[in-house]
Amino acid sequence: MERIFDAEFALGHMNYWLFVILMMTGLYIVVARGNLLKKIVGLNLFQVAVFMLYISMGKIAGGTAPILIDNPDQLYSNPLPHVLILTAIVVGVATTSLGLALIVRINETYGTIEEDEVLEIDHQMYAAEVAEMNKNKPVKTDAA
Amino acid sequence: MLSFFSAHSPLLAIVIPLLAAPLCMVFGNKSVAFVISFLAAAASFALSVFMLLWVKDGTVLSYHIGGWAPPLGIEYRVDTANAFVLSIVSAIGMLALSYARTSITTEINEKHHTLFYACFIMCFTGLMGVTITGDAFNIFVFLEISSLSTYTLVALGAEKDKRALSAAYDYLILGTIGATFFVIGLGFIYMATGTLNLHDLSQRLPEISDSRTVRAGFALIVIGMGLKVAIYPLHRWLPGAYTYSPSAVSVFLAATATKVALYVIIRFMFSVYSKDFAFEAITFQYVILPLALIAMFAAAFVAAYQINIKRMLAYSSVSQIGYMLLGLSILNVEGVSGAFVHMFNHAITKGALFMAIGAIVFRTGSALLPNMAGLGKQMPWTSAAIVVGGLSLIGIPGTAGFVSKWVLMSAAFEREWWPIALLIVASSLIAVVYIWRVVEVLYLQAPAKESVVQEAPLSLLVPTWILIIATIVFGLYADFAISISTTAAEYIMQGGFGGKEVIILGVEGR
Repeated sequence: MERIFDAEFALGHMNYWLFVILMMTGLYIVVARGNLLKKIVGLNLFQVAVFMLYISMGKIAGGTAPILIDNPDQLYSNPLPHVLILTAIVVGVATTSLGLALIVRINETYGTIEEDEVLEIDHQMYAAEVAEMNKNKPVKTDAA
Repeated sequence: MLSFFSAHSPLLAIVIPLLAAPLCMVFGNKSVAFVISFLAAAASFALSVFMLLWVKDGTVLSYHIGGWAPPLGIEYRVDTANAFVLSIVSAIGMLALSYARTSITTEINEKHHTLFYACFIMCFTGLMGVTITGDAFNIFVFLEISSLSTYTLVALGAEKDKRALSAAYDYLILGTIGATFFVIGLGFIYMATGTLNLHDLSQRLPEISDSRTVRAGFALIVIGMGLKVAIYPLHRWLPGAYTYSPSAVSVFLAATATKVALYVIIRFMFSVYSKDFAFEAITFQYVILPLALIAMFAAAFVAAYQINIKRMLAYSSVSQIGYMLLGLSILNVEGVSGAFVHMFNHAITKGALFMAIGAIVFRTGSALLPNMAGLGKQMPWTSAAIVVGGLSLIGIPGTAGFVSKWVLMSAAFEREWWPIALLIVASSLIAVVYIWRVVEVLYLQAPAKESVVQEAPLSLLVPTWILIIATIVFGLYADFAISISTTAAEYIMQGGFGGKEVIILGVEGR
């Protein structure tokens, strides 16, 4: 039977707890906020938490930067997760800028960046299409 | 020279389209951009088919990039399964590009055409890269390359309908969340194993299969990729993105994007994590299988009520993805091979249908059902294409759709899951309903009096009919797709990323 609460385990993984909190804050903002701009902020928070998760897992206590110097026994941190995150940061920046560009376009065409209002306009356009369809319902040709 | 191409075929299939995108921008002329991107896609297609013929007996090509041996170096690993997916993606990409040249003239402002081709070939590169790579983080990078260009391509539909913008935004948010979940999952399995090479992961994971980290990684990867596949409750982005994007983009996305993501799920579920993991069988039985069944019915019902035909086909895609997931959930060789056959058949069928609808949009400017009244007489070839494509979607014998449903049903019979087989038939009947609605409007309703609609131009009809003829040919001669899928499924179900023999490429240059 596993122990329900293991204080040593919980404290020993303090960094991960913090990242989980940050990650879920970001995800919550994406889901709960109606402002498109704030959603992007939440998305960034979410991604940054993941970056930090990666970076901290490559860190070794007492390790330095992985640069080869005279002492071959020098303890160094794992550089691979750090390099991966460099790529992921670039991807994150690209995503953010594309998201912001889309928001600018949405603001230009819809005149708002509130999700509710954008959805409302979308629904009105859909309702107009349905009304159009019912108005000129075509007559069936004679099947015979 | 020829040996150079064969020795570097895995790399060239990616690098040629990758370089084509900046070249399009450098020349900045839309005709040149079209020629460059089309030639790049065609070269990629030729190389993919070449590799497929090479590996179709179960050989594995392992290309070491820059000569660095995996697991330290990045590896492109081609086996029967991903060579098959590569060929699907590149074939559809090439046809969609040839179709785009005419179709975008009414949909996108002329000054954006060069950008369109650059984005399109970038998206193509991303999808090909996701499929070919043998490195888990590389999958993420290529996935984001394809996703970012897809968001742009979807948003280009805004000149016709501004809802493309909100659809692209939704897709961006959900796609990024999915990709980020996928990265967290990769982080977990990297933490547990210390490697990112798929083949290496598959060797190391079984020893530590009981670890919570490994299981959490599995869950995150499945959810993250599930968003890209549009597994039933995660499909919210899909209808909007398919409906409002330019026709050529709808064709390409519907036929390839979800298939590639599904391939990644298959690769992780059966190659990286083998099916012997206890939690995986449970996931399939209690999560994926019910969701697949719900998707097959719920999405098909929703499709039957749509007035926008592109949206109807999008919901039909969600329901067809259900069939593929069902095939995986059956967890035997037949089922997985059914999923692969259905991937292929659905790609050509749905591609053809979206092309035909795109031709109607090109002539009438709208994909709404009432505007299509009586087009059966005015656009006979396009309408006939919709009928044949629709029959294949339903699964009438003689079309490609029948073959994959037959394989899926025999897989279900092999497990003695006969209720599942009945459900496959029942949900096909709903497909009859939504296809019939279109056929009825096209052929049995009188056209609006004043409207005179011409048949679509040949540049749109030819790619459409190439795919339509493919659905019939692969429906009559099913052996090709089935034998490749069965080989792919057999090696995938063995677990690992191995095959009959491994040929190492790309090292002699050093």
